[in-house]
Amino acid sequence: MTDFYRMTLAELSAMLQAGELSSTDLTEHYLSRISQHDAGLNSFITVVEDQAMAQAAEADRALQNGDAGPLTGIPIAHKDIFCSRGIRTSCGSKMLDGFISPYDATVVSNFKQAGVITLGKTNMDEFAMGSSNETSFYGPVRNPWNTDAVPGGSSGGSAAAVASRLAPAATGTDTGGSIRQPAALCGITGLKPTYGLVSRYGMIAFASSLDQGGPMAQTAEDCAMMLNVMAGFDHRDSTSIEIELPDYSAGIDQSISGLRIGLPREYFDEGLDPGVKAVIQAALEQYRDLGAELVEIDLPNSGLSVPVYYVVAPAECSANLSRFDGVRYGYRCENPSDLNDLYTRSRGEGFGAEVKRRIMVGTYALSAGYYDAYYLKAQQCRHLISDDFREAFKNVDVIMGPASPETAFNLGEKAEDPVSMYLSDIYTIAVNLAGLPGMSIPAGFVDGKPVGLQIIGNYFEESRLLNVAHKYQQQTDWHRQIPEDYT
Amino acid sequence: MSLDTDDIKAIARLARLKIDEADVPLYANNLSSILDLVEQMNSVNTEGVIPMSHPLDVAQRLRDDVVTENNQREEFQRIAPATRDGLYLVPRVIE
Repeated sequence: MTDFYRMTLAELSAMLQAGELSSTDLTEHYLSRISQHDAGLNSFITVVEDQAMAQAAEADRALQNGDAGPLTGIPIAHKDIFCSRGIRTSCGSKMLDGFISPYDATVVSNFKQAGVITLGKTNMDEFAMGSSNETSFYGPVRNPWNTDAVPGGSSGGSAAAVASRLAPAATGTDTGGSIRQPAALCGITGLKPTYGLVSRYGMIAFASSLDQGGPMAQTAEDCAMMLNVMAGFDHRDSTSIEIELPDYSAGIDQSISGLRIGLPREYFDEGLDPGVKAVIQAALEQYRDLGAELVEIDLPNSGLSVPVYYVVAPAECSANLSRFDGVRYGYRCENPSDLNDLYTRSRGEGFGAEVKRRIMVGTYALSAGYYDAYYLKAQQCRHLISDDFREAFKNVDVIMGPASPETAFNLGEKAEDPVSMYLSDIYTIAVNLAGLPGMSIPAGFVDGKPVGLQIIGNYFEESRLLNVAHKYQQQTDWHRQIPEDYT
Repeated sequence: MSLDTDDIKAIARLARLKIDEADVPLYANNLSSILDLVEQMNSVNTEGVIPMSHPLDVAQRLRDDVVTENNQREEFQRIAPATRDGLYLVPRVIE
C-alpha cells in the first residue's frame, strides 16, 4: 500500500480530486493505522469505523459526481470537546462518559458539509483543563516522539494523532495555549484563530471569553484549507464575529520580504530552556534570510498573563460547569439521599481533581466580597496586556518567540504541582487574554523532542500568519518528519 | 493568601462539590499556592483602567424575540439519568 500517511491534506486532496485515490481506501488506511498504533499512544477516546466508512462511501460518490469541495473525502479527527451527533462526546471527563450528543457543533457540521470524514474523537485533558493531557478520565496520551513524555495539552490527543499520522489533521481548541503548546511538543502545525472567528456553538465551554477552536495539521497550507471550513459567522454563538472572510489559501505563497518581526524581550528571558532558545534563534535567522527584519519589542505586562488567566479562566469555568448537575444529562451518583446530595456527589464523583481545583478557585474569586480583588482586577490587567500588543503591532507585522519554554516533559513530572504545570503556558496565555490569533510551527528538535516557533498576529490576520508560516515550511522540512515507530 | 481546611469546605459547599475529608488538606495547599500566583497581579497599579469585557470591544449582539428552536424534548430527555412523563426526576424535595 502507498504511504498515504506521509501526505498532507493538500496532497491527498489533489489525489482524491484526480481520482487517483478513493476516500474509502484512504479512510481504511487511517483506521488501520489507528488500530495498529493507538494502543501505545491513547490519542483517541472513541473511533467510529462504521460511520467513517459510510461517510467515505458518500464522499466517493460526491467525488465521482463532480460534487466535491477541496476537503471532500479527507478523514480527520475531532477533539472530544466538539459535540458530534450520535457519538459519545466525553470532554475527557467521567461526567460525560455516557453522553451521546444529540446535536453537532457548528465546527463538526461545517466539516460534514464539506464532505470531511470523522475518524473519531481525540483524547484531551478533562474539560480542556491541563497542559499535559494527564487529567483525562481516559488516561494520559503519550508523545509519539518519546513515549515517556507528555504530548502537551489540552489538545494532546489531536496533536499526538497528527504527529504519528494516525490522522492527517485534527481539530483542537485553545483557551490558554491548548492548540499551540501540544502542537509545539508534538512537532505539528497548529493555529488558534482570533477570538470570535470560529463558532463556539457545540464546543463544550471552559472559559467562554478565551475559548477558540482551530486546526491542527502537518502544514500551514493544510491549516488554511481547514480554516476555510471552520471560520464563519454563526448566529448560535453570541460572540461570533460577522466579517467578510478571505480565502485563507489564496495569499499563502506571497513573498515576506520586508516583513517586520517583533521579538518580545520577555519571551527570551531566563525562563527559556537554552536548547529551545537556540532552535528559535536559528529559525529567526532563517526568516532574516527570507527578507524579514527582526525588531526587539517589549510586552511589559506579559508577566501578568499567568496570574490573570488563573482568575479569569477558573471564574468562567466555575460558572460554565455549574450546568453539570446530575439531572438533565451526564453522570449521576448512586442513591442520592436528597437534592443537595445529588448535586454535590454527582459533581464530586464526576469531576477529576484539576477540574475541582479550578471550579473552587473560580467560586472563591467570584464569591461575595472578593469580586473586585480578583475578577475585576484581572479584567483590568487583561486590558493592560492587550494594550501591550496593540502598541507592538503599530511597529511590527507579526510577533515571534517560543510556543513553550521547554520541550515535552515526562509524564508525572508536573502532575503533583499545579502551579509548575500552569507555567508551561507562559508564552501562549497572553494571546488568549488579548483575543489575538497565534500559531505554532515545527522549528527543530532538542534531544529528539520537537520545538515549536510561535507566530502571533494582529486581529483577523490569520492569512498573514499562514503566509509567514508557509514561507518557512517551504524552506525547511521539520514539519515533514514523522517519529520512526510510526513509519 | 492562605486558605485553611474550613475555607475549602465552605468553598466546596458553594460550588456544590463533595470533597473527601482526606483530600481537604491537599486542596487547601493547592488552592493557596494558586492564589499566591494570582496575587502577583497586585504588583500593578490598575487605578482607572477599564476592565476588559471583550477582546474586540464588541457589544452583545441582540436578535428579534421570535421562536427559533423546535421542541426536541424527547430527544434531549433520552440522555437524562431519570425522566417520567416528560419530566426530569430528582429526589423528593418537599415532604
